[in-house]
Amino acid sequence: MSRIGVFVCHCGENIGRTVDCAAVADALREHPGVAHAEDYKYMCSDPGQQLIKKAIADDHLTGVVVCACSPHMHEKTFRRAAEQAGINPFLVEMANVREHCSWIHEDREQATAKAIDIGRTIVEKVKHNKPLETIRIPVTKRALVIGGGIAGIQAALDIADGGHDVVLIEKDASIGGHMSQLSETFPTLDCSQCILTPRMVEAYQHPRIKLHTWSEVEKVDGYIGNFTVTIRKKARSVNEDLCNGCGDCQAACPSRKIASEFDAGLGKRTAIYVPFPQAVPNIPVLDRENCTLFKGRRKGLAKDACGKCKEACLKGAIDYDRDDAFVTEEVGAIVVATGFQLYDIGRDQPEGLKGYGEYGYGEVPDVIDGMQFERLASASGPTGGAMLRPSDGTEPKTVVFVACVGSRDPEKGISYCSKICCMYTAKHTMLYKHKVHDGRTVVFYMDIRAAGKGYDEFSRRAIEEDGAEYIRGRVSRIFRDGEKVKVWGYDTLSNRQVEVEADMVVLATAVRPQPGISELAQKLSVSYDQDGFLNEAHPKLRPVETNTAGVYLAGACQAPRDIPESVAMASATAAKVLGLFSADELERDPSVAKVNERTCIGCFNCERVCPYGAIEHRDVCDVDGHVCGHVAYVNPGVCQGCGTCVAVCPSKSVELANFTDDQIYSEINALAGW
Amino acid sequence: MGGEMTLPPHDLMRYAIAGDRERLFNDDSLWLCLTCETCSARCPNDVDPARVIDALRELAALEGAGHGPRNVAAFHKSFLEQIRMTGRLSEVGLIMQYKMRSGALFQDVAVVPAMLERGKLPLVPSRIRGHAEIKSIMAACAREQALAAEALAATADAPTAGPAPDADSEVAP
Amino acid sequence: MTLAYYPGCSMHGTSREYDESLRAVAATLEIELREIDDWSCCGASSAHIADHLLAVALPARNLALAEAQGASEVLAPCAACYNRLSGAAHAVADEPGLATKVPEVLGRPFTNSVQVTSIVELLQGLAPAIEERIGRLDRRRWRGNPLEQLNIAAYWGCLLVRPAATTGFDDAEQPTGMDDVIRACGANPVKWNMAVECCGGAFSVSRTSSVLRLSRAIIDDARASGADAILAACPMCHGNLDFRQSAMNLDPPMPVLYITQLVGLALGLPPERLGFARHFVDTQPLFTQLAQKADTAAAEAAEAAAAKAAKAAAKTAAKAGVS
Repeated sequence: MSRIGVFVCHCGENIGRTVDCAAVADALREHPGVAHAEDYKYMCSDPGQQLIKKAIADDHLTGVVVCACSPHMHEKTFRRAAEQAGINPFLVEMANVREHCSWIHEDREQATAKAIDIGRTIVEKVKHNKPLETIRIPVTKRALVIGGGIAGIQAALDIADGGHDVVLIEKDASIGGHMSQLSETFPTLDCSQCILTPRMVEAYQHPRIKLHTWSEVEKVDGYIGNFTVTIRKKARSVNEDLCNGCGDCQAACPSRKIASEFDAGLGKRTAIYVPFPQAVPNIPVLDRENCTLFKGRRKGLAKDACGKCKEACLKGAIDYDRDDAFVTEEVGAIVVATGFQLYDIGRDQPEGLKGYGEYGYGEVPDVIDGMQFERLASASGPTGGAMLRPSDGTEPKTVVFVACVGSRDPEKGISYCSKICCMYTAKHTMLYKHKVHDGRTVVFYMDIRAAGKGYDEFSRRAIEEDGAEYIRGRVSRIFRDGEKVKVWGYDTLSNRQVEVEADMVVLATAVRPQPGISELAQKLSVSYDQDGFLNEAHPKLRPVETNTAGVYLAGACQAPRDIPESVAMASATAAKVLGLFSADELERDPSVAKVNERTCIGCFNCERVCPYGAIEHRDVCDVDGHVCGHVAYVNPGVCQGCGTCVAVCPSKSVELANFTDDQIYSEINALAGW
Repeated sequence: MGGEMTLPPHDLMRYAIAGDRERLFNDDSLWLCLTCETCSARCPNDVDPARVIDALRELAALEGAGHGPRNVAAFHKSFLEQIRMTGRLSEVGLIMQYKMRSGALFQDVAVVPAMLERGKLPLVPSRIRGHAEIKSIMAACAREQALAAEALAATADAPTAGPAPDADSEVAP
Repeated sequence: MTLAYYPGCSMHGTSREYDESLRAVAATLEIELREIDDWSCCGASSAHIADHLLAVALPARNLALAEAQGASEVLAPCAACYNRLSGAAHAVADEPGLATKVPEVLGRPFTNSVQVTSIVELLQGLAPAIEERIGRLDRRRWRGNPLEQLNIAAYWGCLLVRPAATTGFDDAEQPTGMDDVIRACGANPVKWNMAVECCGGAFSVSRTSSVLRLSRAIIDDARASGADAILAACPMCHGNLDFRQSAMNLDPPMPVLYITQLVGLALGLPPERLGFARHFVDTQPLFTQLAQKADTAAAEAAEAAAAKAAKAAAKTAAKAGVS
């Protein structure tokens, strides 16, 4: 026997202006099964909630319908009130007569009729609502941070300092990320490694942080609070427990001409190498791709062609025969902090992008990108910090900087602004000028985006104190003319074509997510946009969470971002993780799907369509324990209640709690007036 | 040609967006465009300035704003007149008409013997069998252009449009 | 192979040598060129600035004729004609209304079924055939292949690569197709910067000063990049670079060859059949120079081979002497 209470809210003028709330209450009072109906100015207020509680007690209500705003606004409010009054909160539903009615219509008569219809349908639904219990799932209070750049390090430190264990995994041989490659950072011109390396060491030495470098995520199973992550520890060829970082192996290695990734291709390294002297951990990796011994093994040579590093190692730490290993970690939260890569202007491009043929497709000598410039300027770089151009090692006297290469260029496939380039270009002009006092810098720009604290002043400093010539206009061609690099551009502010004969050109290329990001995102069930950046749950109000519960974002993997923002975001992410870990159990909305194992035919259509990976297989056994079939099982902790499985089940074996087919039909019937 | 234009393509686009016919049509820049298509190839926002410039040139002619500097106008007019008459371009005919229209009577006169010597100046124009088709095609296109010009003029005179009528409204717009 | 052929107005006039060399090469490679009967002017530069519909209709008439004459593919060696014909085909396919309006204006049926091919695409596709033919040539007359000494800059101009939507058979900024043809001929394509910069096009007559400025820059860069000659695939470009070169007062002058002339030379056809006499910049000095270089190179190679043989013989003799 249904005894539904209907409460119609005026929401001040929001609903009341267009909908006759008293009339709605009157109409619904007559509806079969409604035991109580009233209207009030502000249902969500204390007095309003009191009305509901009183009616529940006095009229022995079996369900509550609040005709008001969207459930996103106040469903929690009214459910809490109902719970306090002694009935199950899931017997309370909201009928949206604001966003779905009063806010979109003008005709009072028609809007009121519609509001009554909406109210009626929800009443019919609530009649069949079942009391549900909040799902509680345990939480493993350990976090996984993917990516050991500044964002990953910050998040790991904050979570660890907050009292919980962290597993930090990094795909390169050392943590530090791109920040470790930078020379000086804006707007302070701090030496990048000087401010970064203390953090790196802190992360390495922190008792609560476990570091896996030269490692990648292989597989992710589970759900929020209960993830099982398989990590592939790539074959380092060096036993991390035995190595003491002496460097003898590197000194002994005969292959010394391999292009160094850390030096952005401008410097050389050995096959067994530590990427930079301040690397953390200070343990080398052996590049099997370029190693003489491994090349020989791949050719099928009978005897190993080299072995100098092993011979040189006094600790016996070199192991050529160890392959990739797999480690499993149980964690409760995952932070993605994989950072960025720079766009390449070459001919070969991934789907959707084009290179810059007009700038020579990356084949013109002395045309470099921003990261390569950082390495030239860097004291630990291939030129020891001297400003020397790559082609002939001479000091360039005229350097042209080109902004927006790739960025803001829909025709090339990148519509967005990369945010950091205006600042680092200004910085580059200053770094150059501080070393080459009689040099000339020319910057071709479209706009100057310097919105942070001290940023505009910084960019003005480049112009006013260090003499950078800023020309507003794009560059149409860059090509080699003898010893010079010719740059053809335009100055829109003075309406002239400009040709500069440069010694070196630095391109501010677009910031893109790391390669392989889409594969990682799929492993984590996290969505990403057309540019590959990972999607936040809400661009305004939930910028560090994703739509996959338990997976959080920090840094440039979500959008182009500078260091202060990456650090801030990482700390914000850590706060979310610490919040998750603050309770021993996690509460989940019980409006989840459930499978009737009796009628399930085991087709697993549901598994195929579930966006959250919530479907598991259950064995059906006979009396002797032999498996005679499989049925589907919905993990209530992972299920988000989207209902897709319900739609595709051919045997109608799965239903969504409080959104059953019967309930939907009764809503439709109510709407049709039957 | 950007170096010779007072209004390079991006300025032409800016004035087109601003609707500034005054500046656009009183400048030679529109007519100095060679349709090399480099602007359209490079434009990051796919504006296709080359096509817009062609349209602006058509518009200028339709609105009586002329056909550009004397030489350039003379060349194109002579070209189209030649093919209208015979269906193919007779270079001799073209040059003669061009000289008359542009007044550049003595330009390139010195090279004529060299051209003739090399067999590059056929003196007898070849007229195609279907030359009447060319005339009718041009006439048909001219008619279409006139209709388009009328429609354009009509929108220029029309009062500013009011709110769009409801899709299911009975009242004709 | 049979191809419908759209010559365009210059082929029988100012670029007669292009037509001559094309026919000679086609005959040698056993390609039948069937000139479209009663073809008319494509409208070139003048139509599209005056009237978009006219600029589509004029070339479309020729495509309609080709259709009616049973052709599925038409070769348009003039870059401007290629661009207009291909552009018209794309316009009729993409712009709403043109598919019905154009046949109406033409007074002819037109289903837009003909594919338009450029000279570069054709020759690039024939590169293996060209190489094979070269391999079979009787080289006894020469002591070396003069073309191997030729450094030539492939000049594309504008209309073979832009707009990429209607041309699109090669990269719009750094195309490589002509280099492939040059290599197939045994010559050396130079790496240079002005391959797709405009020569001044239709301003040859009405604004010659612009042409001189633009074309001069092209020739200067070709020279600075080590080219002995420039290769062209457009009558307008050839005219601006060759016919107008005398006004640039260049010393030494830079010969300009048509792509079909280069292929003809490679195939062993005599220069007289390829129309070199019609050029304004004399090509004879270039040929003489190449032949001399080839002779020298061949002589040096022979000497080196003889020296090597002598050394080897001496070694064997010494060994025999010892044992």
